[in-house]
Amino acid sequence: MATVQDAVVRRPEARTGRGRSPAHAAWLRLVASPVARAGFAIVGVFVLIAVLTPAVHHYDATTDADLTLRLKPPTAAHPLGTDTLGRDILVRVLHATRVSLGLAVSAVAVAAVVGSLLGFLAGYLRRRVDLVLMFCMDILLAFPATLLAIAIVAMIGPGLRNSLFAISLVSIPAYARLSRGAVLALRNQEFVLAARGLGGGGGRVLVSHIVPNSLPPLIVQATLSVAFAILEAAALGFLGLGAQPPTPEWGAMLADSYKYFTSGAWWAFFFPGAAIMLAVLGFNLLGDGLRDALDPRLGQ
Amino acid sequence: MRRYALQRGLTAVPVLLGVSVLVFSFIHLIPGDPAVTMLGERATPEKVAEVRVRLGLDRPLWEQYVRYVGRVVRGDLGVSIVRGDPVLTDLLRRFPATVELATAAIVVAVGLGIPVGVASAVWRNSVVDSLARLLALTGVSMPIFWLGVMLAWFFGVTLRVLPTGFRLDTGTAFVPWTNFVIVDAALQGNWPLLVDALRHLILPALALATIPLAIVARMTRASMLEVLSREFIRTAEAKGLPQGAVILHHALRNALLPVVTVIGLQIGQLLAGAILTETIFSWPGIGLWVYESIEARDYAIVQGTSLFIAVIVVVVNLMTDLLYAVVDPRIRYD
Repeated sequence: MATVQDAVVRRPEARTGRGRSPAHAAWLRLVASPVARAGFAIVGVFVLIAVLTPAVHHYDATTDADLTLRLKPPTAAHPLGTDTLGRDILVRVLHATRVSLGLAVSAVAVAAVVGSLLGFLAGYLRRRVDLVLMFCMDILLAFPATLLAIAIVAMIGPGLRNSLFAISLVSIPAYARLSRGAVLALRNQEFVLAARGLGGGGGRVLVSHIVPNSLPPLIVQATLSVAFAILEAAALGFLGLGAQPPTPEWGAMLADSYKYFTSGAWWAFFFPGAAIMLAVLGFNLLGDGLRDALDPRLGQ
Repeated sequence: MRRYALQRGLTAVPVLLGVSVLVFSFIHLIPGDPAVTMLGERATPEKVAEVRVRLGLDRPLWEQYVRYVGRVVRGDLGVSIVRGDPVLTDLLRRFPATVELATAAIVVAVGLGIPVGVASAVWRNSVVDSLARLLALTGVSMPIFWLGVMLAWFFGVTLRVLPTGFRLDTGTAFVPWTNFVIVDAALQGNWPLLVDALRHLILPALALATIPLAIVARMTRASMLEVLSREFIRTAEAKGLPQGAVILHHALRNALLPVVTVIGLQIGQLLAGAILTETIFSWPGIGLWVYESIEARDYAIVQGTSLFIAVIVVVVNLMTDLLYAVVDPRIRYD
């Protein structure tokens, strides 16, 4: 707690952000918020694990099984115990970080780019394009996202690439709606009218005035939807639709081990699930912190 | 009101049509020849041809769609590819189990979420508030299938106080009237059956309730904070009304509207979440059925259930909007 107060006392501009560029002010508010800091810390650790694990430790999932070590509780040699095939759970949880996080982040990146583009187009062109695009989004939204992702992967077949496709598809409508709403809200603002009055062409005004000003809600949405995508990816993995064995992935690890809860081998499912929850929590915290930082009207 | 209901109801029609197009296209997402995928590589060409004709895959796409919609409207969701039973019949037989589970989850989510949200708002920035917000954040971050396994392991295996699967103990006699075990038990006055059913319901309902509980608590808090800052609350306090009366009768009543909408929006998530929860707890509803059908590549069941759930979501959203308009007359005049 002391650190938060130090930040506020030492940097009074963190509260008001006066005399700074909006982005700088938002950054100062972000680092002053304990919620965002916690989120940053958790996300940072996971990103580090995802990047460093494959670099410092070689892992071959196809030769890892050792049936003499099946379902051993945590020991010094295997700090998180072993799974049903005698594989070290710590090693697999660490290596799964790259798969699970990579899948979630790429799905969100695809969805954010495609969805925002569609939304900007709909909001900018309006009329028929807007009607058709938003109607398609309404239809995607009529399905519970998890169900639609599961159904799509069930049809096109299991695997990481298909999961990526399904998770991106169900995440698109949120971006399309947000960016369309932003364009509609901004297009008649005075600075946009001024840019047009000064002779700015439609495309130019869209790219250099409207898009940058509609980024804050999209950034918040992207952060929060990484959290959602991690859960989605884990759910698909859990149902056997995501990463295929023996690839380590958090959801698939749970699928391998959950039936053994009756034998009391809690470590086999506790740690992969805890990793999912912590990663999701980290992105949720970061998203909440970003929302408060980017929209100073809220929160206070 | 009637005019608003009609207008709002009409907007659901194109959405339902769009949903039918999307679900119809599912079968065409199957890579390669769907008939071969369903039957396996070793199927005879005659059998494949027969299935192709049965599924109508030999006809032009638009004709396939028109026939599909025609069948759906008549209540025909196709036939299970593996067992040959009509999908809708099996679906309706299994649906009560899912409704029972989802209802229990909503009861838990509302019953705990609203008091927590109110307490959080009334004692804003207190320890209670921080704790409630932390719990809500943990709740929305929870992989419910993981929580489900943990609950089953802790209460079912370690403490041995609750059953971890199915709707009833094996050997419990049950004569289904409505297929809602709890309703049937109450109607038949069969108390041991009721207790048995409730014991089986607790763990899956808790797991499924986690996310809606967190969302309801968050929404109630935000909505209460907004209402508590209004003038009429200050007036009520100035009149010398007891704080409890102000919070319950003045603030909460007005704060509940957005909460109702959020609960309506959760129905779809609950039905999707049921796929994961039912799989963990061997709960014989439509969620477990979807999971088993995915494993068996019984695409007709996945397709039929998806359409069924999407239609429910559209209808529930429609009803939520109408309910909102009944409670808040301002909506109707927009």
